[in-house]
Amino acid sequence: MNEKNLKVLAAEIRLETLKVIHSRGFGHVGGSMDLADLMAVLYGEVMKYDPKNPRWEDRDWLVLSKGHAGPVAYATYGLMGYYPMEDAYTLNQPHTKFPSHTDRKLTPGVDLTTGSLGQGTSTATGAALGNKIDGRDSHVFCVVGDGEADEGQVWEAFHFAYAHKLDNLIFFIDKNGYQLDGPTDDILAHSDLAKKAEAFGLYTQEIDGHDVTAIYNAIQNAYATKGVPSCIVLDTCKGKGATFAEPKHDHSSQPNEEQWAEAIAAAEKALEEVKNA
Amino acid sequence: MNVKLIGEHKKDSRACRDGLALTLNEMMAEDKSICYVDCDLMGCINTKMLRKNYPDRAFEAGIAEGNAAGVAAGLAATGKTVFFHSFGTFSSRRCYDQIYMSAAYAGLTVHVLASDAGVTAAFNGGTHMPLEDAGMYLSIPETTVLDPADYDQLASITRQLPSIKKGVTFTRFVRKGIIQVYGEGSEFEIGKGVVLHESDKDVATIITSGIMVDESLKAYEALQAEGISVRVIDMFTWKPLDEELVIKAAKETGAIVTAENHNVTCGLGSVVANCLAKNCPTVQEFVGVQDQFGQVGPQDFLMDEYGLRAANVVAAVKKAVSRK
Repeated sequence: MNEKNLKVLAAEIRLETLKVIHSRGFGHVGGSMDLADLMAVLYGEVMKYDPKNPRWEDRDWLVLSKGHAGPVAYATYGLMGYYPMEDAYTLNQPHTKFPSHTDRKLTPGVDLTTGSLGQGTSTATGAALGNKIDGRDSHVFCVVGDGEADEGQVWEAFHFAYAHKLDNLIFFIDKNGYQLDGPTDDILAHSDLAKKAEAFGLYTQEIDGHDVTAIYNAIQNAYATKGVPSCIVLDTCKGKGATFAEPKHDHSSQPNEEQWAEAIAAAEKALEEVKNA
Repeated sequence: MNVKLIGEHKKDSRACRDGLALTLNEMMAEDKSICYVDCDLMGCINTKMLRKNYPDRAFEAGIAEGNAAGVAAGLAATGKTVFFHSFGTFSSRRCYDQIYMSAAYAGLTVHVLASDAGVTAAFNGGTHMPLEDAGMYLSIPETTVLDPADYDQLASITRQLPSIKKGVTFTRFVRKGIIQVYGEGSEFEIGKGVVLHESDKDVATIITSGIMVDESLKAYEALQAEGISVRVIDMFTWKPLDEELVIKAAKETGAIVTAENHNVTCGLGSVVANCLAKNCPTVQEFVGVQDQFGQVGPQDFLMDEYGLRAANVVAAVKKAVSRK
């Protein structure tokens, strides 16, 4: 694991995520940007995948149950060579392969279709079960929003994953503290999410979701824990690295061109800084 | 197709659910890609044997149908042929968005098995009585929707389901012993209606399925006794509809009666009416539940209560013919 390389990749993902959304002018910036560090660790270090054969049977799977984070996946897959990056600059255009929410039928690299919140937790669980039946040495990673955790289905999936001992399944809860209508504590306050996941029988860790080394180490801990699924709660900042979205942790953003130019310039500068660090 | 019509209105000593359970048991022995997911209702349709015989491929998901439907879709994504069972109410209303998005929209085939079709939910009552379940599945693009009449038809359909690789399938069936319509070993073809009676004197066609096939056969006999000749079609596939057969019957007999164990607002009568309006406008009468909720009681009482009897079919035929 090379921390600097992963930090550089995370900065590249942030910059490309902005460019992907900028191509349409508006979109779910906040919940995409806060996952850049996780995506860098997963696709830069941890996961088995083949961009030339996206449905390779022995691959690791990623399910963005918070499907509105599609742009961060499209940026990552473009950078990893699933398709030319420019393809993703058709976000939400008519007949695009890059819709707001991830769609397995449209986008190379997308393993399962998500959008209606909560559902990706169950399909990820089913995929982990199927891979286990076939004895594949592969993992399923599933990213859940903290707002999304309002959905009872998330907890049904945790229950099922525990009961069926799916230790090839790792959930991440992206705890950015915000959902569409405002702070999660104001909209529908959770008790401690990590304690709740733990109470459901998952091996649970809570870490800084922007620390690539902490993410990598937590995944290694999860790999080493047999017989139970894992949950890694990521403390994140919604909109991280997007100058117009980060201060207010916006769910979706429609900045003007001046704001876009400022944000993209800042992301380019951040990339240069981390490269030169 | 290889159909042997018995039509003696005698109850089958075999429980209909065993037409499914025993067939699945054979299929899972032959095809290792088949998985089965249930929601704490294996005991109701005798599929506990699947969990016993194939513990690595038959799963309990507990009383959580939304998650179970999603798990089924996820399994399908790994290349499995997946059967998913709950009562008709819970395999439709309780997990509709999951079936819609995680499976159908995502291009993943899940074979949904829905027990206790319509009024056969009987003593579980109105809360458990699916009268709109098939209508919900008709509304999802690319689905196959099936309403078999008896043990052998259910078994024949079940054997064919794995060959359907596009879209979600939905099969509503009866758990208990019901009237045996077809002889053992009868084989049916999904998407093809079965003409049970026809002649060149037919003045109307009864298009039916499920438990209403036997009532329609009784209606046929009563009408024959009055000198009225009608065609009878078992349209166990509601979608994709055998439009060719419907149009032919409409053109040749000039009046249609549909008879279904389902709400007439969104079921067999509706898909037949759609077909006729587009291709061959024809008078039609709708026998079925007339936009009402279910209620508790014996099946016989419920069939009387909701007008699901041969007498209702006879009256509907006469009315349709009078409207020609």
